[in-house]
Amino acid sequence: MAWLDRTARGLFMTELVKGFALTFSYMFKPRVTLNYPYERSPLSPRFRGEHALRRYPNGEERCIACKLCEAVCPALAITIEAEPREDGSRRTTRYDIDMTKCIYCGLCQEACPVDAIVEGPNLEFATETREELFYNKEKLLANGDRWEPLLAANIAADAPYR
Amino acid sequence: MPKLTIDGIELEVAPGTSVLQACEQLGIEVPRFCYHEKLSVPANCRMCLVEMEKAPKPIASCAMPCGEGMVIKTDTDTVHKARKGVMEFLLINHPLDCPICDQGGECDLQDQAVGYGFDRGRYGEEKRAVKDKNLGPLIKTIMTRCIHCTRCIRFSDEIAGVSVMGATGRGEHMEIGTYVEAAVSSELSGNLVDVCPVGALTSKPYAFTARPWELRKTESVDVLDAVGSNIRIDTRGGEVLRILPRLNEAVNEEWISDKTRYAHDGLKRQRLDRPYIRENGKLRAASWEEALALTASKLKGAAPEKIAAIAGDLADAESLLALKDLLGGMGVASLESRQDGSAIDAASRAGYIFNSTIAGIEQADQILLIGTNPRWEGALVNARIRKRYLQGGLTVTVLGPRVDLTFPIEHLGNDATLLNAIADGSHPYAETLKAAKKPLLILGSGALARPDGAAVWAAARAVAEACGLVREDWNGFNVLHRAASRVGALDLGFLPAEGGRDLAGILDGARKGEVEVVYLLGADEIDAQNFGRAFVIYQGHHGDRGAHRADVILPGAAYTEKNATYVNTEGRAQHTRQATFPVGEAREDWKIIRALSGALGKPLPYDTLQQLRKRLADANPVFAQIDRVTPAAWGAFGTASAVAAAPFTLPVENFYMTDAISRASATMAECTEAFVSPAVAERTGTHG
Repeated sequence: MAWLDRTARGLFMTELVKGFALTFSYMFKPRVTLNYPYERSPLSPRFRGEHALRRYPNGEERCIACKLCEAVCPALAITIEAEPREDGSRRTTRYDIDMTKCIYCGLCQEACPVDAIVEGPNLEFATETREELFYNKEKLLANGDRWEPLLAANIAADAPYR
Repeated sequence: MPKLTIDGIELEVAPGTSVLQACEQLGIEVPRFCYHEKLSVPANCRMCLVEMEKAPKPIASCAMPCGEGMVIKTDTDTVHKARKGVMEFLLINHPLDCPICDQGGECDLQDQAVGYGFDRGRYGEEKRAVKDKNLGPLIKTIMTRCIHCTRCIRFSDEIAGVSVMGATGRGEHMEIGTYVEAAVSSELSGNLVDVCPVGALTSKPYAFTARPWELRKTESVDVLDAVGSNIRIDTRGGEVLRILPRLNEAVNEEWISDKTRYAHDGLKRQRLDRPYIRENGKLRAASWEEALALTASKLKGAAPEKIAAIAGDLADAESLLALKDLLGGMGVASLESRQDGSAIDAASRAGYIFNSTIAGIEQADQILLIGTNPRWEGALVNARIRKRYLQGGLTVTVLGPRVDLTFPIEHLGNDATLLNAIADGSHPYAETLKAAKKPLLILGSGALARPDGAAVWAAARAVAEACGLVREDWNGFNVLHRAASRVGALDLGFLPAEGGRDLAGILDGARKGEVEVVYLLGADEIDAQNFGRAFVIYQGHHGDRGAHRADVILPGAAYTEKNATYVNTEGRAQHTRQATFPVGEAREDWKIIRALSGALGKPLPYDTLQQLRKRLADANPVFAQIDRVTPAAWGAFGTASAVAAAPFTLPVENFYMTDAISRASATMAECTEAFVSPAVAERTGTHG
C-alpha cells in the first residue's frame, strides 16, 4: 500500500501545498528580520563593544593611571605611561589600546577601580586602515564624551548585580 | 641555649633570639610592620602576635625573647583572630587609595591585608587626614597613609644618625614628621623609602612612573663610589627607572647612598650616542669605521713614548686590561689611572686596599680617620662605623678637617706632621692605639693626592706598624678610595711602566708638545684644557669634561649597560650586569678597544668576554675570586720622607656630584641645591 500512498501524494501535490501553506502562514506573523542599519536589536547593558575612557560630571578624567587594566589585559593590548600632573595628581600621559589585539574580554573594565575604562555599546567602529584602530587617550576620551549617557545608564543598570 | 617548641617543632636557638626570629629560622612566616632586622624593636604594630602556652593573651613575638620550654603556636584561631583585629584597626585610618599609591604591588600592608583583612569595613565614621610633610627633593610623603610603625624614626636615629624624624601627638593624633619643617639632610635618606612598609614615604623622582610588575630586575653593583654597593637595577623598555639596594652583609648590608639610588637619571642625559670627530674646531658625527681608522692612524703615527693613556674613575677592569694590553703591546709606557694625582702605587696590595674589610669595622675598638670624610667618600663605610659606635666601646679619632660624621669624634688636629709624631711614639695618641684590642686606621684617598702623598702613605704605614695595627689575625690598615676603578686598575698595574710618565708628567708633556696622543678612558676629572695641542681620544659614555676637549670620541657604555668587573675599596671583585643596551651606536668598552686593536692590525687575543675574563684572572688571581676578599700580604710601600705641615683637605666638595653620571643627573642637581649650596653659601656669606 505504500506505493499507492506515495503515488497519491505525488499526484495531488499535497507536500507542495503544505510547504506553500507554511510559507504563506508567515505572512501573518510578526517579522524577525531587521532593516539594519536602520533598525537594531536590543543590546544588553553588559555588551562589550568599543572602549571609552569616562570623565566625572565635572569634566575631570576618571583614569588615575593605576595600571591594573594594563596588568590584567590578557592580550597585552593596553599601554600606559604616567607621571604627576601639574597639580600633583596621578594621571596618564599615554593611554593606548591596540584594538587589533583586543579580544573584548572585558577584564579591563572589571579591573578598573574608578569605572574609567569601559567597553561601551558601540560595535560599529570598523576602519579602512589598521592604524586607525590603534586608539590613543584622546580618541578614548572622545569616545567617553560621546557615549557617556549610555555608558552611565548601562553601569547603573548592571549595578544591582555586583 | 633555650629550647622551645614552635607549632610542635622543637628547636634550640641562641640566647637573646626573639620568638619571631626563631619562627623565621623554621620558615614560619609571621606578619609584621614595625619589626625590621636592622633596627631596634619597638613592638608597636602588634601584627606579629602569636600564642604562647600559659600566657593569658597573645604575645608580640618580635619583642619576646625565647625562653626555655616555651610552647608557641602561630597558626591557631586565637592568633588569626588577634591579627585580624589588629589589621582592622590599622585599616580604619588607612586610606583606600592603593590604585594611586606608588607602593601598590610591593606594599606590606596590601600583602598582609590579603591574609588578615576583610573585604569590607565596619567603620563608618570619618577617616583621619594628616598634612603632608616636605622632606626634600628625594622623598615624597603622603602622611595619611602612615601606620605609625616608626621604622623611619628608628632608621634616621640609628642608621643615618640624623635625628630629624620624630612623632608628635599621641594615639590617633600621632603624626610622623620632622619637628621643624626641614629636608632630611642625610646621604642615606633614600633608604627611608625602603623601610616604610606602606606608601607614606615614597621616592619623589620615581613618582607614578611604573608599577613593580612592569619592571625587569637586574642584580648589579654600584660604581659611583668605591664601596661597591650591591644594587638591583629596575628597567622598563631600555630605561633605568630606579635602583634599589640588594642585601650583602659584607658590603652595604641593605642600604645604599642617595647618589647610588638617585643618580641614574644622569644615564639619560648628555650621553655620547655615536662617534664624533673634531674638524675645524667642531665635533661632527662620524661612523665607527672613520673614528677607529682616525684613532688607529694617530696611534700609529706617534712614537710610543709620545703616547699616553689616562683611565677614569668609572673604568671597568676588562677595558683597563684591554687598553693596557693594546698600548703596552705597542710599547707605550705612560699609562695612568690615578686621575687625582694620588701617589699610591701597586707596590704592595695591602697598602692600597681596605684590609680590615668593611664588615671588619664591627670588630674595631679604636678608629683613626686620616684626612677623610667617610660620610661623603664612602657613605656605607660611615654607616658601618656608626653601627659599631652604637654597640659601644668605640672611639673614633680624626686627624684632618673636623666634620660631622653622625657620631662623636675626638679631634687630634689637622696637622699632617702628627702622623710622624704618632709613628715615633712622641704623640700620646700612639699609646691609645697600642692599647686598643683591634685598632684600625682609615686613610682617605685625598690625603694621598697631596704633593707629599707618598710620604703620607709611608707615615701611615709607620703608624700601622708602630702601633700594632698589623698582626697575624688582624690588619687595621685601610685606604678608603673614592673611584670604583682605582683598586682594579692598581691590581692590573695600569700605572706608568719603566720610563713612563705619571699624571703630572703626561699633562706637562702635553703642554710642551712631548706627548702627542692622549687616550682618555672615561677620564673626566682632569682639567681638559691641560692637554695643550695633543690629539685627545676620548672613550666614555658622557659628554663631560673629557669629551669637550676630545678630538675623536668613541662612545662607550655606562655601568648599567655592560657586564663588567669592578674591584671595590676592600679588594672585592664584583660583576655588574647588563640591564639595558648602550644608547645609540655606543658599545661595551672592551669591545671598542678590541675593535681598535683590529684597526691597528694587532688584534688582541680575546674575542669573547669569557676569554677576556680568563685573561683577567691570569693577570691577577683576584679577578677569579668574585665577591671574595683575599687577605693581602703586608709589604713595604710609600716613600719615607718628611710629611709637609700642610693641613689635610677633603677631596669631595659636593657628595651629590662626583662623576660624569651624577653631574648629568637632574635629581642630583636638586640635591646639590637643597643640601650643599645652602651650606656653602652660609660659609662664604654670599647668601641673601
